[in-house]
Amino acid sequence: MLKILKYSFYDLMRSRWSYVYFAFYLALGFVLLFLNNDVSKAVITLMNIIIVLTPMIGTIFGVMYYYNSKEFTELLLAQPINRNKIFMGQYLGISLSLTLSLVLGLGIPFIAYGLFKSSAIFDFSLLLVIGSFLNFIFVALSYNIALSTENKIKGFGYAILMWLFFAVIYDGIFLISLVMFDQYPLDKFSLIATMSNPIDLSRILILLKLDISALLGYTGAVFRKFFGTNLGMFLSISILVMWVVLPVIRMNFKLRKKDF
Amino acid sequence: MIDFKNLHKRFGKLTVLDGLDLAIKKGGISAILGPNGSGKTTLIKCLLGMVIPNEGEITFKDESVLKKWDYRNDLNYLPQIANFPPNLTVFELIQMVKNLRPKESNEKELIDLFGLNDSLQKKLGNLSGGTKQKVNIVLAFMFDSELLILDEPTNGLDPIALIYLKELIQKEKEKGKTILITTHIMSFVDEVADDIVFLLDGKIYFKGSIDELKKHTNIDNLEHAIANLISKQYA
Amino acid sequence: MLRGGLILVFLSLGFLGQAKKIEVCSTCEISSIKKAVEVAKDGDVIFVKKGIYKENSIEIYKSITIYGEVGTIVDGSNKEGIFIISANNFTIRNLKIINVGISYIKEQSAIKVFKSNNFTIKNIVLANVYFGFLIEKSHFGKIINNTVSSLAKNEANSGNGIHIWHSSNVEVEGNEVFGMRDGIYFEFVTQSKIHNNFSHNNIRYGLHFMFSNNDTYYNNEFKNNGAGVAVMFSKFIKMYQNKFIHNWGSASYGLLLKEIYDAEIYNNIFQENTIGIKGEGCNRINYKNNTFLRNGWAIKIAGACYANIFEYNDFLHNSLDLSYDTKVNDNKFENNYWSEYTGYDLDKDGIGDIPYRPVKLFSYIVNRTPEALVLLRSLFVDIINFSEKVSPVFTPDDLMDINPVMKRIND
Repeated sequence: MLKILKYSFYDLMRSRWSYVYFAFYLALGFVLLFLNNDVSKAVITLMNIIIVLTPMIGTIFGVMYYYNSKEFTELLLAQPINRNKIFMGQYLGISLSLTLSLVLGLGIPFIAYGLFKSSAIFDFSLLLVIGSFLNFIFVALSYNIALSTENKIKGFGYAILMWLFFAVIYDGIFLISLVMFDQYPLDKFSLIATMSNPIDLSRILILLKLDISALLGYTGAVFRKFFGTNLGMFLSISILVMWVVLPVIRMNFKLRKKDF
Repeated sequence: MIDFKNLHKRFGKLTVLDGLDLAIKKGGISAILGPNGSGKTTLIKCLLGMVIPNEGEITFKDESVLKKWDYRNDLNYLPQIANFPPNLTVFELIQMVKNLRPKESNEKELIDLFGLNDSLQKKLGNLSGGTKQKVNIVLAFMFDSELLILDEPTNGLDPIALIYLKELIQKEKEKGKTILITTHIMSFVDEVADDIVFLLDGKIYFKGSIDELKKHTNIDNLEHAIANLISKQYA
Repeated sequence: MLRGGLILVFLSLGFLGQAKKIEVCSTCEISSIKKAVEVAKDGDVIFVKKGIYKENSIEIYKSITIYGEVGTIVDGSNKEGIFIISANNFTIRNLKIINVGISYIKEQSAIKVFKSNNFTIKNIVLANVYFGFLIEKSHFGKIINNTVSSLAKNEANSGNGIHIWHSSNVEVEGNEVFGMRDGIYFEFVTQSKIHNNFSHNNIRYGLHFMFSNNDTYYNNEFKNNGAGVAVMFSKFIKMYQNKFIHNWGSASYGLLLKEIYDAEIYNNIFQENTIGIKGEGCNRINYKNNTFLRNGWAIKIAGACYANIFEYNDFLHNSLDLSYDTKVNDNKFENNYWSEYTGYDLDKDGIGDIPYRPVKLFSYIVNRTPEALVLLRSLFVDIINFSEKVSPVFTPDDLMDINPVMKRIND
């Protein structure tokens, strides 16, 4: 598995898109910090971008890599390796290379700016950790879709739809149900609904460290108690981990029956 | 050496292999032929563990291959379409495949044979189709394994490379290897194959030597003999 | 002329001659403050030397001055209040007063002043007290450079720091108040000034202000108070150069304005409050040159608020700039700087060429359904905000800043 990982990783790290992606984050980091001069504001803007972009890029890279390397995967499948290892290697290769682009692309400008002296270092690290989680989650989800869909165009469509669902549609349904049922107690509902979408959960985790922490109190005790505590933080991170682990398990399960 | 017993494979409603039985002896070159959609590729992929049969048993050297993977160390596979990670170099790719198999390899010789020395440091994404196929052939032949499975090996090769390929196949045959080939080029079959396995509707329709086939169909030309077999499907 | 002058000098000499200084110390002839007050006459000065004086209920009805030195401590032993004063022209200064007991019946305080004129309370340090200074029906007083603190845990068993009721012409200057229920409390107080005070970490309000007209407060800082600052039912209030910082909590605001008429709110800073200013029933208020920095809501308008003018304010990085719970708008927003503004200034006159709409659809939704706040900064919310911006349906369509300024104004 490590060998496959290594080569997938090499391959992706040399791809033009990885450079573009890396350069994008690098430019973003520099522009935000040196034009804005306000680290905490930069973190908020970055959050807005990371929460939308990392899932999208993860999704697209995931399906693209799967379909583009289909023939090569077949060659690998004929080698004496367990097929689960091949796909886990590829999966980790993509996720790691995307994560590296993210962490280096944003990390360099922040270090150049003197982040280590800034109090925002914790918020910023949280941002990178969550961005990495989103990479791993959405590459896993898109790999699942690609594995289940033979047709490349269809697979691509489903993957984009999946991203759109988590990034936009889900929140739309969420908001409409909140407004429609606003005479009922909605604390628990909104808590569960937030937890069930990795993008929403990531957003809340970052906002908790930023501007929402006081505003959240406004929405009732359940929310404040839950997210305000270490237990809440721990639980949220565990749920993010579950969002990685479950698709990976399904991937391995799917692979047992899959024909190439 | 290889035994397929009562092999069934359906893709949805489409039945591709329908109770196929086939035994292939050690040594010699078998060409697997059949019209489009007759299940040639599926059969090979079943053997390679890429397609999982609904029913039936496959044994390789008297051991079941289903749900296993280490038996693949004893076979080499040349896939139909040569498409490699575009950002790795030829050299890295060869190193990678070598890395994956704990086996001796003689890639040097093959690289020389196909004149790939100049391309070693090039990225695979920048190679022409023919060159990629040469790399593909190097990857398939560089290990010393008892079984070789070649899926459309002649794709995109120039005449000289084709000659080298044929020589290569002959050489392997002389070493006592078992070779399975699927192809649409009948002259190539005529030239290299000892046995022909003809698939129709997911079953073995004919299995025997080329001479036996010619006798069976009463046609002296292999191409027409095969055409004759296929036409029976359309009838 | 000369004779008149002589008489004056003579008179004043005679007066000074009468005034005497009474020293209090543990080894002195007079060893308690109470005793000293008993023997003192109008105009006398009591000097309390350093030492700990365990006394309660020292009642003063004379125009005297009491002062101490470093190390002079009056300890109430957690029992009743300590000084109870009703006299004109008195001064109390340079004392440390500690341990005033909590009472659920009486408003026990370190210094209670009632029906007094021309009083001065200066350089007093209060620690662990129930109420700090309790001023009732008194006029022309000065409360200067005092420190008032306690360890208040909840509202029920804590008192206010500087509590003034039914008084006028009081000046509260340079005090630091913390750990009380309300830092500074004004009820029915007129023509007074509150300035250069620092009121922080009080469990309810930093400043609580009711039924008090024609007052001015400026250069104060209110920080980390449980519910911020509340100004209610008052007219003609002026608030200048105050800082409202970090009143961060579920029901906190920098400044609550309730039923306020004709106020001027200029040059204040509202930073990191859950709600910068919450206005309910406020009319004819001018907000000028204020800075709203990183608040949850910069301004939240509830109920009928008419004829308010917001000019030259800076709105910087607030989660939501403005929340309105009605569709009616009778307030004017003009020439403010909005960090969220995305328009352009082609003619380079420093004014954005397209208007800015400070009320977002999302803040309208959050008003109706507070739980919706969990969707803050979600992509979906950005999309609906954008569509609402393009064609307002739910938010007042005339509520906009026609001339948004391109650069920060009050930097």
